[in-house]
Amino acid sequence: MKEIKLFDVFGVFADNKDIAQKIRTEQIIPALKDEGTVTLDFAGVETATQSLIHALVSDVFRIYGGDVLERISFKNCSESIQKVIEIVVDYMQES
Amino acid sequence: MKVHLPNSAFLGNIDPFLKSIDISEPGTLVVSTHPTWVSVHPMVLSMLAALAVKVGKENATFENVTARSGHYLQRMGLFNFFGTCPKFDINEHDPSGRFIPIAQIKTQEESTTFITEMIPMLHLPHTWQADAIRHIVSELVRNVLEHAETTDGAFACAQYFSSSNTIRIGIADTGIGIRRSLSRSHQTSDHLEAIKLSLFPGITGTTRREGGTAQNAGAGLFVIKSIAYVNRDLFLAYSGDAMFKLLRRGRKEEETVVLHANPNLDNHSTTDNLPTWQGTVVGIDISLDSTEEFNAILEMVRSTYGKAIRERKEERYKHAARFIN
Repeated sequence: MKEIKLFDVFGVFADNKDIAQKIRTEQIIPALKDEGTVTLDFAGVETATQSLIHALVSDVFRIYGGDVLERISFKNCSESIQKVIEIVVDYMQES
Repeated sequence: MKVHLPNSAFLGNIDPFLKSIDISEPGTLVVSTHPTWVSVHPMVLSMLAALAVKVGKENATFENVTARSGHYLQRMGLFNFFGTCPKFDINEHDPSGRFIPIAQIKTQEESTTFITEMIPMLHLPHTWQADAIRHIVSELVRNVLEHAETTDGAFACAQYFSSSNTIRIGIADTGIGIRRSLSRSHQTSDHLEAIKLSLFPGITGTTRREGGTAQNAGAGLFVIKSIAYVNRDLFLAYSGDAMFKLLRRGRKEEETVVLHANPNLDNHSTTDNLPTWQGTVVGIDISLDSTEEFNAILEMVRSTYGKAIRERKEERYKHAARFIN
């Protein structure tokens, strides 16, 4: 079980896609191997751009499919972050 | 190039100003102003700064300003980009609550810092307005850094206008423009078609694949246009010789707000015979009187986005097999 505290890297406003890419490739995807689970903890982060959330998780859907939602959790999300995550999750499953 | 700043150039009446830009002699820039009053959208200031950096400070001249608003242009930092320019004696008081001077942003870190510092200065009454503005500026600047292919970066500034209780934001670059950026994955017949295509959800120059690449979804401009549409704000994109301007929704539509994935269905105006802007310019007005919260807009974006992808897939696979004897 891997928990990633995003405030530590993004601060209150998460918009740096370069950092998101690094987290995705170096932490999220490796942690999901072998049926592992990941929790993305947004405590302290006020808002995140759609591009940031896309860079953080979209590739995970491509690799593992929609079932990966059983193994990835989004914790302590503000309402706007929750909405943005829902947008990305929806269109990744539609596409 | 020659640019004359009129007494008024905001998104609603900006067309004559854009048409008046003289793009001959691209190695120099000379800016003149209306003799008594100059009041322009921040987008105009971002454009001038971008042009001045492109031609080089030594080739950028800002002619003497007789209008009292010359102080304003100096305070917005516009003259910093010009080798020859007027000087005004002003008290550089704290800009809080009024304006964000022009910033040249070349890196993601500079973008994050710019946005983080600008939000408290705007004294926004609601958190959701801050969220919306952060989202807008971040996505626009990131578009420049990722897709414009210019080392000059993005030029951004903003101002609060108390008379309309509106924050106006302008971002400009002198990169490759929307059409060339999209052309890696989407062929378009002209700049206007490219601008419109870029406003569809899920359209990015990085791939034709639905859902985008690992780094790009092609949703940024659609989200920004949606924020403007729902709140009855103006939004403008200018690239190449074309401009798309989202106009305010009519009051008749007040009760049922429906987002359109297709920008042709929005109340808008277009022009495709403007002086060619090498790059992209975006201007947006955010009314602080708006009542539609950012989260509600995101919910609308969510449903419209999903529907657009489904429709595109249906369109793609609607062809039936043809059987012949």
